[in-house]
Amino acid sequence: MAGNHIVTSFDDDLNKLDSMIVEMGGLAEAQLAQAIDALVKRDAALAETIAARDTMIDDLEREVDLFTVEVLTRRQPLAADLRRVISALKAANDLERIGDLSRNICKRTMALSRVPAMGSAMGTVARMGHLVQEMIRNILDAYIAQDVAMADDVWKRDQEFDLLHTSLFRELLTYMMEDPRHITACTHLLFIAKNIERMGDHVTNIAEYIRLMVVGEVNEEARPKDDQSSLTVVSPE
Amino acid sequence: MHLAPETPIDLAENSKISAKNVEVYYGDTRAIKGVSLEIPERQVTALIGPSGCGKSTFLRSINRMNDVIEGCRVTGEIILDGQNILSPDVDVVYLRARVGMVFQRPNPFPKSIYDNVAYGPRIHKLTSSKSELDDIVEHSLKQAGLFDEVCDRLDEQGTGLSGGQQQRLCIARAVAVQPEVILMDEPCSALDPIATARIEELIDEMRQNYTIVMVTHSMQQAARVSQRTGFFHLGDLVEQGETTQIFTKPQDERTASYITGRIG
Repeated sequence: MAGNHIVTSFDDDLNKLDSMIVEMGGLAEAQLAQAIDALVKRDAALAETIAARDTMIDDLEREVDLFTVEVLTRRQPLAADLRRVISALKAANDLERIGDLSRNICKRTMALSRVPAMGSAMGTVARMGHLVQEMIRNILDAYIAQDVAMADDVWKRDQEFDLLHTSLFRELLTYMMEDPRHITACTHLLFIAKNIERMGDHVTNIAEYIRLMVVGEVNEEARPKDDQSSLTVVSPE
Repeated sequence: MHLAPETPIDLAENSKISAKNVEVYYGDTRAIKGVSLEIPERQVTALIGPSGCGKSTFLRSINRMNDVIEGCRVTGEIILDGQNILSPDVDVVYLRARVGMVFQRPNPFPKSIYDNVAYGPRIHKLTSSKSELDDIVEHSLKQAGLFDEVCDRLDEQGTGLSGGQQQRLCIARAVAVQPEVILMDEPCSALDPIATARIEELIDEMRQNYTIVMVTHSMQQAARVSQRTGFFHLGDLVEQGETTQIFTKPQDERTASYITGRIG
């Protein structure tokens, strides 16, 4: 929206809220990147260190909650301002969830480091992780730029992701059938893949808040989804 | 208290007042420029805008209060139930009984509480007996949510009441002549927050029986009590629509700047 507020400290508040979201998002992205790194390296110690850092994101989310209530109380924002404050509150929640999911990946990495490696499947999981990491980065750029086209682009990208998840699911089921000793590793990898897939959903939520914030409407069309893993059956040969 | 209409209303069917290309001139100065506004029946319509934007001038046109201002001229049409109230053959006294008004500062007459409310029914000869008049006074005070507070001292001076009570007395006085429309020009601006909340609650109840048009400087108040809102700026009606829409997603940049407190 054109023009600054007559009360300049109101602009300061809104900018502060933006910075908090960017800080949270940056942390969430870094946590995911390092969680994937620890997973690929089968490094339990690194995984433990990263998992412990999740509290930083939790703390920031609480700060955003409190500050949002303060801004709502003191400024009583309307129209685009109101939508901006509400979007920040909601985005903080999704970023916090992304942080939780990274922590869970770290915990599973600690378990995985004690069982034989699952080479190629691990590669696919890492690729999914990097894809979602890029989605997080792009959605934060879109958030700050208030760029709906960029947000919509990320929103649609979640689909390629669903395809990867489905093919990985089939792959892991096949491994488990081939050799029951793979079940522990494969099950953890399935959950990790599911975690990453959930992160993608959280990113698309933020894409929807950006649309709400900028144009004041929600996406009418259904998001393109291609996660067939819930329907997948792999029968023994 | 309702924040928004339960369902969007059909304006064409529910219109109580329809302003068409209304212009108001003070001498050569055009204070209102071609305003067309639909005011639905039994709803609260809020008029907002910066000082001097014409919202009060427009409000006063709806019961011809501008007639008393020298050099003031109103053109266009204001249709109330199918009749153009700007037409010269309209009985203005009767019109003002149908379209009552409540002002910014409570202005009770220096008379008893009873006589304040009974004043209108008396001059309009609405009653034939004292007991009938008693009933109207009691009913009106009840409608204004004041009866319980004053029932044992109806003969005391209206000016001795608190500000909020005085304003409710003025509302009782307005409803005593059984109007259909009530105009309110910043009815709470001289009241504290508790008295304001009582008036807002009252307005919300009154919309079951009356069509209410309210000018307010408080955006939050407009958002709380109205179902429709019109935004005036420099004599233009920039935007009109459902209140929720205006305060969450205004269409015009000038509306957005005004309600979010930006430099337009």
